[in-house]
Amino acid sequence: MHFVINGNEVELDFDLRTSLLDLLRERRHLFGVKMGCNQGACGACTVLVNGARINSCLALAVQYQDCEITTIEGLGAPGKLHPLQAAFVEHDGFQCGYCTPGQICSAIGMVEELKCGVPSYVSEDVAAEGFALTDAELRERMSGNLCRCGAYNGIVDAIQDTFGTAKGEPGKREASI
Amino acid sequence: MNPFTYERASDRLAAQTLGAQAGAKYLGGGTNLVDLMRETIEHPTLLVDVTGFSCAIEETGDGGLRIGAGVKNTAVAADRRVRERYPMLSEAILAGASAQIRNMATVGGNLLQRTRCGYFYDDAAHCNKRAPGTGCGAIEGFNRMHAILGASTACVATHPSDMAALDALVTVEGRNGARDIPLIDFHVLPGETPQIETVLETGELITAVTLPPSLAGRSSYRKVRDRASYAFALISVAAVLEVQGGVVKEVRIALGGVAHKPWRAQAAEAALKGGPATEAAFRAAAQAELVSSRGLRDNAFKIELGQRVITDTLVKLTALQEIR
Repeated sequence: MHFVINGNEVELDFDLRTSLLDLLRERRHLFGVKMGCNQGACGACTVLVNGARINSCLALAVQYQDCEITTIEGLGAPGKLHPLQAAFVEHDGFQCGYCTPGQICSAIGMVEELKCGVPSYVSEDVAAEGFALTDAELRERMSGNLCRCGAYNGIVDAIQDTFGTAKGEPGKREASI
Repeated sequence: MNPFTYERASDRLAAQTLGAQAGAKYLGGGTNLVDLMRETIEHPTLLVDVTGFSCAIEETGDGGLRIGAGVKNTAVAADRRVRERYPMLSEAILAGASAQIRNMATVGGNLLQRTRCGYFYDDAAHCNKRAPGTGCGAIEGFNRMHAILGASTACVATHPSDMAALDALVTVEGRNGARDIPLIDFHVLPGETPQIETVLETGELITAVTLPPSLAGRSSYRKVRDRASYAFALISVAAVLEVQGGVVKEVRIALGGVAHKPWRAQAAEAALKGGPATEAAFRAAAQAELVSSRGLRDNAFKIELGQRVITDTLVKLTALQEIR
């Protein structure tokens, strides 16, 4: 079966029961993809498939043949960090780091959704032309990624610093929930 | 997880041929089915991937929309026509699960989700839905998330879907051709056979959900839950209300998180139609709807909560129309 993983064309054969998460970790040794709950509740396994964020733990790998899959390893590397990775360091967006690859992949998927005009449950008018990345919008849109260290304030700051409209001015944004 | 074979169906007919085989199950986004297979609660021998077709949202010609069963939840919620004509549907979808799951989940799969009752998921527990005849652990157990309307002595599980206010039609196709089923008749109450959850026949495939033209009134979707985001509903209320001269001209109300199926509040609608659009009338209608409800040890609070959320939702919709 054919996949494009972090830009590399690969052919893989595997037991049909294999999740995309297990395929990436066990067969491609992409250990940045983390197994948390393995049931879609925590978001640690988030990867991008053709640019859209999904939970790789709930994905049967066979369903994602011929797709372009991006993991944290495809976004940045030591010495050439993705700007959002650098911002996570700058803003203490993690403590243990286990949820971080999923948070970063998820945030990148979220920004693409914003560009495409996808509303959220906290959007005042779902029929609006576009949606600003307020802290309330950001927190709602990132609710599929849990951080049990509780680094949420740093995560919000890092994402705002990279993609927000009020870059680097956390004091000027609305109060956190 | 038990072994299975996998086929990606190229179109509806190919899917139905494969789906008619013994042990076959249709696979959408897999966000619920894969989890249930991992727990061996579901054990299909053939998975028929139906995500490769029926992926469009089309005009019906009369102002309605026909949403293909393979359309992803995110695509429905983000569709400009859905957002403008059926904002309530957009809001409801956006309140469901997480963004990652909405990017995987399909319209057809959404309707065929199984309950998240903990006794259904725990294969050491008694559950008439998972293992008919073994009893129900939830009735005397932890039942905060369980049903207050339409439950039976065999099952008090709730269905996670909740969009019954739009008068949608579910189109299904099978050996006997195609048929349209009103969404409010698609799921069934548990009775003595809680393992049966829909009126689908063996091998039948959901191909589309059709929305009739939207009503003139204002609509709202509200979900009350244990945390602000990414949680199942304790109670959800979807309501459309049209008020003219202080009188309720048209009203539709649906509740989620209260029953074995998305619950259309027909008693409340009947009590309201043609009557005054006042808070007292809304409260009386909500009481009329919940008069047949029955609380269990942990969920009796939902009876009062439901009445309050219905009343408050209608009060706010009325206020929106007065200032318009």
